[in-house]
Amino acid sequence: MSQQTLPVALTPTPPPARAAGAGRRARRARLAIAAVALYVALVAIALLYIYPFLVQVATSFKTDADATADPVSLIPNPWSLAAYEKLFANSDFPLWFLNSAIVTVCVTLGRVFFVSLAGYALARLHFRGRATVFAIVVGVMAVPGVVLLIPKFLVLNQLGIYNTYIGMILPLLVDAAGVFIMKNFFESIPVSVEEQARIDGAGTFRIFWTVVLPMARPALITIVILSFQGSWNELAHFIVSASNPALTTLTKGVASLAAGALGSGNQYPLKLAAALIMTIPVAVMFFIFQRRIMNASEGAVKE
Amino acid sequence: MSATASQAAPAPTTARHPTGIRRGERLAGWLFVLPVILILGVFLFVPVPMALWVSFSDWSGRGSPLAPGVGFIGLENYGNITTGGGLAESNFGTSLRNNAWYVILVVPLQTALSLLLAVLVSRQILRGRGFFRTAFYFPSVTSSVAITVLWLFLFSTTGVVNQIIAWFGATGPNWFNEPRGLVHLALEGLGVTTPPAALTAGGFLGITWWDWLAGPSVAMFALILMAIFTTSGTFMLLFMAAIQSIDPSLAEAAMVDGANAWQRFWRVTLPQLRPALFTVLTLGLIGCWQVFDQIYTGTQGAPGNTTLTPAYLSYQAGFQDQKWGDGAAIAFILFLIIIAFTLLQRWVLRDKPVSRRRMRAYLTAGAAPSAAVPAASAETKKGATP
Repeated sequence: MSQQTLPVALTPTPPPARAAGAGRRARRARLAIAAVALYVALVAIALLYIYPFLVQVATSFKTDADATADPVSLIPNPWSLAAYEKLFANSDFPLWFLNSAIVTVCVTLGRVFFVSLAGYALARLHFRGRATVFAIVVGVMAVPGVVLLIPKFLVLNQLGIYNTYIGMILPLLVDAAGVFIMKNFFESIPVSVEEQARIDGAGTFRIFWTVVLPMARPALITIVILSFQGSWNELAHFIVSASNPALTTLTKGVASLAAGALGSGNQYPLKLAAALIMTIPVAVMFFIFQRRIMNASEGAVKE
Repeated sequence: MSATASQAAPAPTTARHPTGIRRGERLAGWLFVLPVILILGVFLFVPVPMALWVSFSDWSGRGSPLAPGVGFIGLENYGNITTGGGLAESNFGTSLRNNAWYVILVVPLQTALSLLLAVLVSRQILRGRGFFRTAFYFPSVTSSVAITVLWLFLFSTTGVVNQIIAWFGATGPNWFNEPRGLVHLALEGLGVTTPPAALTAGGFLGITWWDWLAGPSVAMFALILMAIFTTSGTFMLLFMAAIQSIDPSLAEAAMVDGANAWQRFWRVTLPQLRPALFTVLTLGLIGCWQVFDQIYTGTQGAPGNTTLTPAYLSYQAGFQDQKWGDGAAIAFILFLIIIAFTLLQRWVLRDKPVSRRRMRAYLTAGAAPSAAVPAASAETKKGATP
């Protein structure tokens, strides 16, 4: 208060500065304690989130007896590859992996193409019924998938594609949320580039394929991530679209392992090894595109 | 062919006013959306009326449900599962009870946890932010099957969780084999072992009131923890994005006004997270009524039907018991439940007009910063996507 009467431009008087310094020091100490508390809390939660996966890796290298006797330990005693040997040599696991890979690759490629095609049309092309088509796409996003288990089976059966790769792949090829993301993205690109191409005489598909799509790389990567993760982790659709053991995917196969398909005993190393291998592709995908995934929710990817 | 279709179209002067010569563009537009429309139509729209028909029919699973031999039996399937008095009714009631408790616990907990994580990792100065975000998000990318297998191990009788509980000198429950409800267990702890007659006399959907109030079974509780573990990362990302789009000057203004961190969070930050909160609650609610993978992989409804959910029951009725009509009817009731909850929650969280009392508070305070808050928040909402 007394400061106000002093000429500010002159040299500051020492007493207030010292008082301010003390206050700042107390404040800093309080902040430091808060910061330490924050880090302790964060590390504790992070441990809670990571430890289960570490236990999973460790247990997959344990013997059945060790896994039951000492489940908490992160060091197998003794080390054992029995679980992996059994999975790869004496089970259908490789077949499941192959099926999952086939379906995931087909679904991801198809989805990227169809979804961006539709997203482009809804964002840029003028045609009657566009608003209706978009409303339908948004409406579809609201339909809960689990409710459609029996209905989907009925249609697949009716079309005669039950128990075929086509029946497993086709319904997953289109994803309403993907159309939505691509439409939003295309709307954020300036029209001028396309108009230049149009003046040069390029057709709509060529503009889409050679001009617009290359610009949409960030959004396409988002779609690739979502499709890959979605179809690799899909379970319910594969249950209702096939019962033939030759068409079993990883999710279905590992679920059958969990129910004790490969013999008696709890066999935790075997089950956890299977679940671990199944997690590796999505984990790799996640770490490659980590930055993008972490920012993906910021309004459909803008660079 | 669509490549050449629009070559005749001249460059439009403005994109908003098609000149009518753009017939090629119209054709291309339809060709572009055709695959999506066809697939959505065949696998999402056609199935719904077909299943609706099955839910009103006596189709046994042989041949096509549209074949002439299949009869229309009206509401019999629906009656069977809601008022039949038999196993079908009590199973349906049990599944609704289980899933309702699941929703009651998972939705608030996952929302609160994901918001907390988002706030913690959104700090301006935080070393190892990337590490923490990755750690919290990672469970979200793994498949529900893999996580369930892991959970079955962690929560097995001699598993990791019980070992850790044993370090503290306590004995953990027999997680996935324990059908008793948490509320019943708590009451038992308080000495209430015999239910009041009023609660056992009546009931709904073949389940007594006493059993409706049982709470989630211990087995279901393990699955509830799993759901929170796997979804909190995804929702954390949604909240993080929302927090990043908040204008920091508002919090600074509140700080100048003397608001402490707690008040700033509740009065300044949280109101602005309302759209994100709405999204998270809606997605959480919709997701929680669709519990299927975990049950199929882990418990198949055991122990004592306490992890049975409507989605799994629908699958079981159709694919295992060949009671397709019952299964389809359950699916449709589930659909209605999800719609009803979404609408209810939309209504509860609607933008309410400012109450007269609060308006008076604004007017009497008359201070520039507080009056600026609503206007500024509207601004940031619009400005979020420049």
